[in-house]
Amino acid sequence: MLNIVVCIKQVPMVTELPWDEKTGTLRRDLAAGMMNPACKHAVEAALQLKKKYGAAITVLTMGPPAAEEVLREALAMGANRGILICDRMLAGSDTYATSFILAEAIKKEVSGCDLILCGAYTSDSETAQVGPQLAEELHLPAAAYAENLEITGRTLRVRRLVDHFRETLEMEFPALVTVSMERYEPRYASFDGLNRAFIETDIAILNAADLGITAAHLEAHGSRTRVRRVFIRKTQKENVIITGAAANAAGELLDRYQRTIGAVIGKSIEAKKKS
Amino acid sequence: MKNKQKSIWVFGDYRNYYQNRVTLQLLSRAVDLARAIHAEVCAVVVGHDIEEWIMEYTAHGADRILAIDHPTLTSYSTEHYLALMERLAGERNPDIILIGATDFGREFAPRLAKRLKTGLSADCVGLDITPEGLLVQTAPSFGGNMLAEIVTEKHRPQMATVRPGTFREIPHNYERTAIVERLPLPENLPVSGVRVVEYERAVQKEHIIENATVIVCGGRGMGNKNNFKKLDDLAGLLGGDVGATRPVVYAGWAGHEALVGQAGKHIKPKILFSFGISGAIQHTAGLGEANFIVAINKNPQATMMKMADVAVVADAADLLNHLIKELKKRIRE
Repeated sequence: MLNIVVCIKQVPMVTELPWDEKTGTLRRDLAAGMMNPACKHAVEAALQLKKKYGAAITVLTMGPPAAEEVLREALAMGANRGILICDRMLAGSDTYATSFILAEAIKKEVSGCDLILCGAYTSDSETAQVGPQLAEELHLPAAAYAENLEITGRTLRVRRLVDHFRETLEMEFPALVTVSMERYEPRYASFDGLNRAFIETDIAILNAADLGITAAHLEAHGSRTRVRRVFIRKTQKENVIITGAAANAAGELLDRYQRTIGAVIGKSIEAKKKS
Repeated sequence: MKNKQKSIWVFGDYRNYYQNRVTLQLLSRAVDLARAIHAEVCAVVVGHDIEEWIMEYTAHGADRILAIDHPTLTSYSTEHYLALMERLAGERNPDIILIGATDFGREFAPRLAKRLKTGLSADCVGLDITPEGLLVQTAPSFGGNMLAEIVTEKHRPQMATVRPGTFREIPHNYERTAIVERLPLPENLPVSGVRVVEYERAVQKEHIIENATVIVCGGRGMGNKNNFKKLDDLAGLLGGDVGATRPVVYAGWAGHEALVGQAGKHIKPKILFSFGISGAIQHTAGLGEANFIVAINKNPQATMMKMADVAVVADAADLLNHLIKELKKRIRE
């Protein structure tokens, strides 16, 4: 039976986000959360592998206490066990630190892990860096943006599309793969699954000390980057309003913006002169 | 003792035409940054039969080229390239390494940063430098609605991946010369744990909506599936793609691949037409980087109308018909 870990992340559901002006980081405690869409595809990929080859699936996340919700959701979908790493000391970690912490948790809590799956990227910070960096921490062969996974013995075959090249890659377990959103459309949690996820829970909540992570560790392996400033893209829109009968409005729109539109499509849309 | 020559490195990503363009764009920006801190611009080119790239990167602003040419490096292997870059950077300590935010770059750079024990920002849309040589990296988040200025203060090199199209390449100058260091393939190059079984150029997908310069999006305000399908005609005339909101996808008027928003595609067209879309946050989350927005809605108070550069108050389906008719009359090559 395979031993699979899926790393998932809770992301804010809205884009009007409460930022902490002082630290330049997101006040995640104030935003309603959901499971990052690509992570959900990764959970689905794990579930499909489980059905085909048999697997125990551990879902792992780091975040505030509320992040437990995404673990429960994954359990309701069919994962077996959840781990939440939750510690104020770890808040605001960049991808460098996050991948270190996740690696420590996997080493300590999941023995004999064959395959680690991550979402290819998150909808909030969109760095797509944690997966590849986790592979480095654990010295695993890895592939990003996987669209299809097949297993023969201890060999994992990955199909993916990168930079307009369709590739088939192979690697031996243990390995790490980040899953794209092209396939593995996530299932909905069944009623039974939901029940199970809330009654027979197997969720461990661990802090830094549980993982043996000390301040000294974080000094050595902690964040390398600092967010100096966060700002909203300036959009000083003119907000021109066109009203009137649709036929006239269409003409007016094209007249007023013939240069803007023409330049982008590379064709002239100037009205033909009546002769 | 003479101070060490500062150096800004650009990784030569050249697998296809568009990746190579990003490399040239980065060289251009590196030249500007290097001027500000009196650094040299160094392009790293590894692979097999790479003379073409050595020449091109010289012509586009590199002062120095570090080249490793060997048949072993014929296939684009992330692990081999990592091993080589880790070694080169470890020996020469560049101040900055810039890598294109191609699919390759975004898998390669985080692993390289980890090996070099330094920070990395992703998919930057701006790079600036302080007189002290601190690279100020502007990276988008939340679908481009927010921008973050990121710095790596204590660790070197400072690393960033940069979004294609962010900078403009400088015109080539084949008179330019560079110091070309042709380096041998290290003997103990590790065996890659990933085997490339096969690869082929993908047939261009019809819908790479993320790359479209014109996008015509439709929402429930289009009324029905027939009306919605006419968006294809407008998109066709404008050389664009069609996007859809979630209710429209649920209703089966459009496929999931057309979904624009938080749970779907993040788009960055030069022009976005938004037909009959109210502008729920789940949708607008994907529009952070649309340059010029034309919204059409019966309701002038709709969020989408407020966000637009031009808001046309009209029935969306009705206006669409007239717009198509008018454009057919007007368009000239």
